[in-house]
Amino acid sequence: MHRYRFVLYRPLQLLPVLFGISIITFVLVRSIPGDPARILLGTRATPAALERIREQFGLNDPLWMQYLYFLKNLFNGEMGRSILYKVDVIGLIFERLEPTIVLVFGSVLVALAITIPLATIAARNRGGFLDQAVRVISTGGLGMPAFWLGIMLIILFSVRLDLFPVSGYGQTFLEKLHHMVLPCVTIALSLSAVLTRSLRASLLAEMQSDAAMAARARGLPENVVFRRHVLPNSLIPTLNLLAVNIGWLISGTVVVESVFAIPGMGQLLIRAIFTRDYMVVQGVAMLFAVASVLVNFLADIMTVTLDPRVKL
Amino acid sequence: MSTPLLKVDGLTVETKTETGTHRIVDGVSFELQKGEILGLVGESGSGKTMACRALLRLLPSSRLSIPKGSVRLDGKEVMDLPEDQFRAIRGKRIGMIFQNPASHLDPVMRIGDQIAESVRFHHGGSKRAAEERTIELLQQVGIPDPKERSRAFPHEFSGGMRQRAMIALALACDPDILIADEPTTALDVTVQAQILRLLKELRDARGLSIIFITHDLGVVAQLCDSICVLYGGRVCEHGPKERLLAAPRHPYTAGLMGCQPAIGATGERLRTIPGYPPTVDAMPTGCRFHPRCSNEVAECSRRQPPLEAYEPDHVAACYNPVGEAAALPAKESA
Amino acid sequence: MSARRRGLRRLTGHVPQPLMIGAGILIFFIVLAVGAPVIAPYDPIYQDISARLAPPSLVHPFGTDNFGRDILSRVIWSTRIDLQIAFLGVIFPFIIGTAAGTIAGYFGGLTDTLFMRLIDIVLAFPFLVLMLAIIAILGPGLASFYIAMALVGWVSYARLVRAQILVLKQSDFAMAAKSLGFSHWRIMFRHLLPNALIGSIVFAMSDAVLVLLNGAAISYLGLGVQPPTAEWGIMVAEGQAFISIAWWIATFPGLAIVLLAFGFSLLADGLGEKLGVRP
Repeated sequence: MHRYRFVLYRPLQLLPVLFGISIITFVLVRSIPGDPARILLGTRATPAALERIREQFGLNDPLWMQYLYFLKNLFNGEMGRSILYKVDVIGLIFERLEPTIVLVFGSVLVALAITIPLATIAARNRGGFLDQAVRVISTGGLGMPAFWLGIMLIILFSVRLDLFPVSGYGQTFLEKLHHMVLPCVTIALSLSAVLTRSLRASLLAEMQSDAAMAARARGLPENVVFRRHVLPNSLIPTLNLLAVNIGWLISGTVVVESVFAIPGMGQLLIRAIFTRDYMVVQGVAMLFAVASVLVNFLADIMTVTLDPRVKL
Repeated sequence: MSTPLLKVDGLTVETKTETGTHRIVDGVSFELQKGEILGLVGESGSGKTMACRALLRLLPSSRLSIPKGSVRLDGKEVMDLPEDQFRAIRGKRIGMIFQNPASHLDPVMRIGDQIAESVRFHHGGSKRAAEERTIELLQQVGIPDPKERSRAFPHEFSGGMRQRAMIALALACDPDILIADEPTTALDVTVQAQILRLLKELRDARGLSIIFITHDLGVVAQLCDSICVLYGGRVCEHGPKERLLAAPRHPYTAGLMGCQPAIGATGERLRTIPGYPPTVDAMPTGCRFHPRCSNEVAECSRRQPPLEAYEPDHVAACYNPVGEAAALPAKESA
Repeated sequence: MSARRRGLRRLTGHVPQPLMIGAGILIFFIVLAVGAPVIAPYDPIYQDISARLAPPSLVHPFGTDNFGRDILSRVIWSTRIDLQIAFLGVIFPFIIGTAAGTIAGYFGGLTDTLFMRLIDIVLAFPFLVLMLAIIAILGPGLASFYIAMALVGWVSYARLVRAQILVLKQSDFAMAAKSLGFSHWRIMFRHLLPNALIGSIVFAMSDAVLVLLNGAAISYLGLGVQPPTAEWGIMVAEGQAFISIAWWIATFPGLAIVLLAFGFSLLADGLGEKLGVRP
């Protein structure tokens, strides 16, 4: 029973990090040179609007007070307004949430579908030609820029073969699915380069394990030993690695959303940077950071549930 | 005498290292009758575990190979069977339990599922039948509340219970022979006694034959019918327990007995064998025990002594065996 | 023998194959960068209106872009910028991170706790997102990229070096240095750091891959190197508009990135194998 106590206890450990994230975002935006009120509202703001924002964010008060105002607004779900879109940042982000979430989950699924067979082939042919081939492919994959890979896939599958749309997101579920195939594959290919190496290593370790040896001593054939004992034990560290790499995965979606013109949070972020829409930059950055902290937290819980060995 | 259930003859295991090819098991031979408990005794590195792994053709590394040796089950040679046919022997004819059940059980699979997996793999049948058999097995090995406990994960068991589960797992396919590789070494004394009693009961109830690997002569004296002593990958002495313990022929056996507080005469100082067991890359010539032996004669370092029969079923490999009357005192170490 | 000397000894002797191939690839690109004016067949910004969007041929092996500029020459000239990105993008975080890790590990206590908290928080942000946020404030450009890289990238080195220092601090020779009354700075930077560096050097090689990819990605997004400078990421971005009629514009610069990154990966693998460190 005490295993699950940490589910209650861990969120408390998250608090300092979450505070840290808010401090860093606050410091970043306040370090832009110039009048903060103008920075937040843009150059064409009316004096009245400027006064209102100074009031709301306490911009005439000392810096630490400003931070408290900032926190207070955060807790009220108030992250300011976008200069460009003239709407609340929160609402803007929620509109853009779906494509990004689909992209992240889709890429993870495709990545696992690529990684598991590749790592299996490599581990079961250890030192052989196929193992070397997988090693070279994954080392090469590690160095593939996602933006270029995406364009290559577009040239091949959209321009030449006309199988998938070049860009965009679509309206219906099927359309969306159709649009997301290439972006997901793009991220998944890069991601599986990292995962394959790690999974191969844990597969090899598990194949040598006492438990695998004992399973063989019971007369189970190698492929049963592999499927039922080696693979499940190896997947846990790989899922953890996936969680550790969530930041990297999010970075990937930011770039890939630009390549495929997907109206997600990444594209929102890039456009906001170009238009100096700082409230949006701040909101998106903070949300991405909080999301990756939460994913790591969920991964910890998942490890506890999946791996009964973990001692807390 | 009838055909033994298991006859191992000249079993050899080689390892390839940077310093060349070494024999870590060198021509080991022994027999096992139905219902017999054989103690395979030796210090660590004597090749006892490796010999049993080789017997199942389960070597832990690709550097290890079995260049020669014969293993007969019911008089039929099995060493040259192709792998897929040999697999039917593992588990179904010969089961194995290990010193460290915590690492030899799959940590992320429920105990019951692991047992049911073996049952279904070897005997087929429905899931329900396998589950019933699992509970029956857990009950047989003395796990209380077996239905409930079959849903547990290995880490939720205590050490003794884990070993019981491991035994249930080995029994799942109803083997004729059980290889027990130091199954009680990691357990505390009371639990150890329980496990030994369980093994004896299993022998009595189902006529199970057991190869019990250990370095502990005390355990052997309690449990076994016969004893095979290994040193440096070779058999030094093999015979019925009573005879071997009462009148050991090989100085190494005698030395091992001297190290046992319970078996050595009371009041005497605990004796130890001087020196250390040899390592694979530095095996002495001739008899591998001679550098540590108090009975060494000139011949010992030159040629390997052959196994000689002192009684029809009691053999030892020594040029200058220990006398009939009592074990010769081993050298005392400083 | 000191651990430092042992570290050096490991550098001599057998050279693993990945290390040789990786070094070969890196040297190849360095030669391209240094010799660009001689090696490149054309001026990278010369616009040949008569040869716009020409497919790869003997005259233009990698083809030309929509301004009639020779892609091969532009790829070769880009080597200068991209090698610089990989080098400077690694060296600043390396120096800052190593210093921070050494100080945190050596002094421990509150200093260490503060550094570790800061590292946790920086790591909470997705790498590229934090970099983009910093670049958003500083404005687009290569200088902003280097600053952002330094501010974000140092944490990995700091963690690595700190862990090493914590171990080395307990070693005999550190104790000996302390008992000889050497100053903190001398012990830290002359005795502990050289031994802790091996791991970070190997890591720097694999980090170079990420830095290169990030630099190119940021330029691709239009926030790094600005046109008309030839840089692989920008060239890919420029080529994207023409993928349906001129695949070669985006393809070849990307291949150059893949090859250079592959070289760094092999270097990291080979060095790691050679020095007995996992990158």
